[in-house]
Amino acid sequence: MEVTTERLKRCDVVKATGRIDSQTAPQLQDAFRRIIDDGRFRIVFDMGGIEFVSSACLRVMIDAQKTCKRWNRGELVLASVPQRIHQALDLAGFVPLFNFFDDPVKAVGSF
Amino acid sequence: MDTEQTTSFPGRFDSLAAIGEYVTRAAEAAGLDARSVEGVELAVDEACSNIIEHAYGGEGRGHIEVTCRIDGDGLTVVLRDYGQPFDPDRVPEPDLQAPLEERDAGGLGLHFMRQLMDQVRFEFTAGAGNVLTMVKRREVSS
Repeated sequence: MEVTTERLKRCDVVKATGRIDSQTAPQLQDAFRRIIDDGRFRIVFDMGGIEFVSSACLRVMIDAQKTCKRWNRGELVLASVPQRIHQALDLAGFVPLFNFFDDPVKAVGSF
Repeated sequence: MDTEQTTSFPGRFDSLAAIGEYVTRAAEAAGLDARSVEGVELAVDEACSNIIEHAYGGEGRGHIEVTCRIDGDGLTVVLRDYGQPFDPDRVPEPDLQAPLEERDAGGLGLHFMRQLMDQVRFEFTAGAGNVLTMVKRREVSS
């Protein structure tokens, strides 16, 4: 699993590839945490390269969303979500909790 | 053509990818459709993560025996561990309607297992370990 963070003017873009499971979810959590610790709360999560997620990933995502949305200071939005991942989010009842974009450019543009 | 195979994996999170591949191959060999294969992989991942975290209380404390059985109905996956048993009835179902502030990931693993598999059965035996049996049936095309 690879996680990269790109800092843009209005937001940060986190891109992850591969599997996000109990082993690799902490790396994703670290990426979100570093952004939040810098006082930045607008995050695009580019999920285009993700092949598999378990509830370990969903836990990291929901924690980040709660923090970012606190006091309306920002949010975590999702871009390029593969169908398989969307199905997992749906099964968890998470779809209504996030804004989805077809690609990261549109997601960045929303901020 | 019935087949059964058992492999033991270390109870560590870095085993999850290998366990995923193992059950994916069995699910494909059992003739499950693509979506069912993905469901099996996810359900087994959740179950094994729970075994490591809860039954063993952490990584490196025991192993997980994974049995894949293919028969006329589909695929049966049996997971056996030698850690602490637990009561699945005491794990609350996640509230899928709760607002964001009240949401967490608690109980999602068990929820996924029950949604994705046709049968989920826990047995806790004194001395022979904890046995989790999950079944996914082949879709019969009409």
